[in-house]
Amino acid sequence: MVAAKVGDMIEFLGDLAAWFASSWDGDTGYLMRIWEHVTVSGAALLAAVAVALPLGAWFGHTGRGGMLVTSMVNVGRALPSFGIVALALPITIRLADALPVIDSGLGFLPTFVALFALAAPPVFINTHAGIRGVDPDTVEAARGMGIDGRRVLTTIELPMAAAVIMYGIRVTAVQIVATAPLGALVAYGGLGRFIIDGFAVRDSVQIAAGAILVALLAVATDIGFSRLERRVVPKGITPTRKGGNIAGDVMVDPARAQWSRAVKPIHREE
Amino acid sequence: MIELDAVGKTYPGAAAPAVTSLDLVVTTGEIVALVGPSGCGKTTTLKMINRLIEPSRGTIRVAGRDIGSVPGPELRRGIGYVIQHTGLFPHRTIAENIATVPRMLGWERGTIARRIGELVELMGLDPAIGTRYPAELSGGQRQRVGVARALAADPPVLLMDEPFGAVDPILRSRLQDELLALQRRLHKTIVLVTHDIDEAIKVADRVAILNIGGVLEQYAPPGELLRAPANAFVEDFLGADRGIKRLSLIRIAEVPLEAGPVVAPGAGAAEVAEAMRRYGVDWFGVVSGSDLLGWAWGSEAPSGAGGVALRPFEVRLQGADTLRDALDTAITGRTLVAPVFDGERYLGMLTVDAISRQVIG
Amino acid sequence: MIARPFIDWGWIVDHLDEIRDRIGEHLALTAIALGIGLIIALVLALAGLRVPRALPPITWTAGVLYTIPSLALFAFLVPITGFTTLTAEIGLVSYTLLILIRSIVTGIQGIDPAVTEAARGMGYSPRRMLWEIELPLALPVIVAGVRLAAVTTVGLVTVTALIGLGGVGFFILRGLNRFFDTEIVLGTALSVMLAMILDAALVGIERVLTPWSRRRSAT
Repeated sequence: MVAAKVGDMIEFLGDLAAWFASSWDGDTGYLMRIWEHVTVSGAALLAAVAVALPLGAWFGHTGRGGMLVTSMVNVGRALPSFGIVALALPITIRLADALPVIDSGLGFLPTFVALFALAAPPVFINTHAGIRGVDPDTVEAARGMGIDGRRVLTTIELPMAAAVIMYGIRVTAVQIVATAPLGALVAYGGLGRFIIDGFAVRDSVQIAAGAILVALLAVATDIGFSRLERRVVPKGITPTRKGGNIAGDVMVDPARAQWSRAVKPIHREE
Repeated sequence: MIELDAVGKTYPGAAAPAVTSLDLVVTTGEIVALVGPSGCGKTTTLKMINRLIEPSRGTIRVAGRDIGSVPGPELRRGIGYVIQHTGLFPHRTIAENIATVPRMLGWERGTIARRIGELVELMGLDPAIGTRYPAELSGGQRQRVGVARALAADPPVLLMDEPFGAVDPILRSRLQDELLALQRRLHKTIVLVTHDIDEAIKVADRVAILNIGGVLEQYAPPGELLRAPANAFVEDFLGADRGIKRLSLIRIAEVPLEAGPVVAPGAGAAEVAEAMRRYGVDWFGVVSGSDLLGWAWGSEAPSGAGGVALRPFEVRLQGADTLRDALDTAITGRTLVAPVFDGERYLGMLTVDAISRQVIG
Repeated sequence: MIARPFIDWGWIVDHLDEIRDRIGEHLALTAIALGIGLIIALVLALAGLRVPRALPPITWTAGVLYTIPSLALFAFLVPITGFTTLTAEIGLVSYTLLILIRSIVTGIQGIDPAVTEAARGMGYSPRRMLWEIELPLALPVIVAGVRLAAVTTVGLVTVTALIGLGGVGFFILRGLNRFFDTEIVLGTALSVMLAMILDAALVGIERVLTPWSRRRSAT
């Protein structure tokens, strides 16, 4: 009985190895699927950063948008990513109907729109929080030395908030890579194809292979962005995994945030 | 009541023992203060008595019983414990906080309720406070509740770790007075850790001065400590104002008073001059019966005391006040004396000379 | 092409029974995941607090589980446990662990040390201290963690539609397959509503359980 199980396991691993050895090539090979996965994820992240970072920085700098952030946190947490991907489809189909420029409302477009919608709020929220979290004394001192509004933002606030902002981008990037497989449901390619198609035909090898590739890509993204984080964040700034309280925010991935509740030191003679 | 016999503590990984070997006896009903610089092991010593810290060597007996033979939690339920930040349970009402130990000991509900009432009254707290939570109390109230909670099961021994360390000086002084008043009624055996030598002198019957590593430099009543410090360390620790500290231990009622340069309301010029000459001063006071009416400069009364405008003495010291109060009064007034009263009745006065004779003699 | 409406109310009215059943399934999947997750997290967190050296590996493992994309995790499990509720629950529980363990650990570590010292000084045994002092005082932080885990889990349950379950996520998947917008909108909206209602309910529970944190300010 146990021997049979172990035998099955070994056979399964053999099949998996064979899959990896044979399925890498061509339009439906996994190299192509990785490329599709990376391009839609990268495009969505770039777009999200391009839109949300300047907005977050400006709102943070002027101290406005607190309410917006709060509601974004609440709604963002409750919205399932599956739902976002699904909702993108009827929107892009209608868009394609209305605008002849877009040739298809299926595939790349809904996946991109969904991932963008998923990514923009946390980038915005983290940038906003990072800027708001800059020590007001430092800003005061900068102003006292005659540095004016916009230069305060670019020379003081943004560098000091870099750790929090970069952390937000990293977590968002990982989240995008993890959600992109759902694009297979709206007729996009990417690594989700293996999982979704595998589910449909109940092909365990294909499912497992897809899962492994997605997990590896997510981990690689995490590592890559943490390297980038270390380069971008100025030396004097502690690279915080910072997060507010645990009731926490989408922004700072609660799971990785160091809970920064201060524990009172016991100052005693010993 | 408490005996420490060659007690020592070495923390794991520490180079030197926190307490090397300490012998100390605390007798029933006295307040003993452990004082010393940071690192002298005073808190370690205190916490070894209720086994919050396990001694590395030696034996400790409380009420004749070796505490090593009693399980820690059981031992601690029988010893009151008060700490600096009170440590009240924020999720329990004041009544529940006070009831902590009695409830663990399995007292009956009615007995506990009665006991809470007694303690609230004893600590001078508003009875309505029982249903409140600690966060709703002021710092002083919380500190009093902390003491009430420690006293709840009526333990014979009370350990206090910097009990008044976290409150402002005015409140601290008041809480110290309250502790002394409480002790006059309850006669507990109290060991108190403080870094404040003035606090030790004020509240303790005996003070143990500890040096780094738990070395006992001197163990004596405050008066003896101030009069005859055992060595340079103790002298240094007591501070340069040792003489003034001693004054705070002596009550005015204990020392002889002088009549002072006083005359009757109708006294003539010669009488006034004679009074001033006797004391070597240039002012005189006027006393009518047992009433001290005030004072005036001699130059204002060329023809005797009659009809001269008198200035009042602002401070009226009583016999229970200390010589330190008297000195303060004397050196801040124009006349350089401290008049002493029994209620409103004038008893006599203390001069700066007379006060300083008490320290020297 | 004719502009289609996003929502066909008539369809919804016709399918109220099915909607009710799927909501029930959704709540059941969520509740089981939270319940089991809380028990496991409690055991692991308390073990980690008792033996500090065990804490980093515990949180590291929970962190790895959390990092694996949810779809990938379900996909890993399908070859082993099949298209079953067990597969769904293993995945869902894995996602709650990190949040819950962290909240329990920080909740207990964040307690004012004076309070625990006083409790020990009055003769509390470690076990009694845990149940009567530490857990009650850590409750606000723990509940915050449970709320976060609950909201996350409600969202993740929709993904289990891909392995044949899904709660209200079933509607999203079927809507996608049939290009029927009403079901997509319905499934997403129901999931958001369930998350918010559950969150509000947990806030209510916390208020009842922590009467002391509502009253403040010294007299």
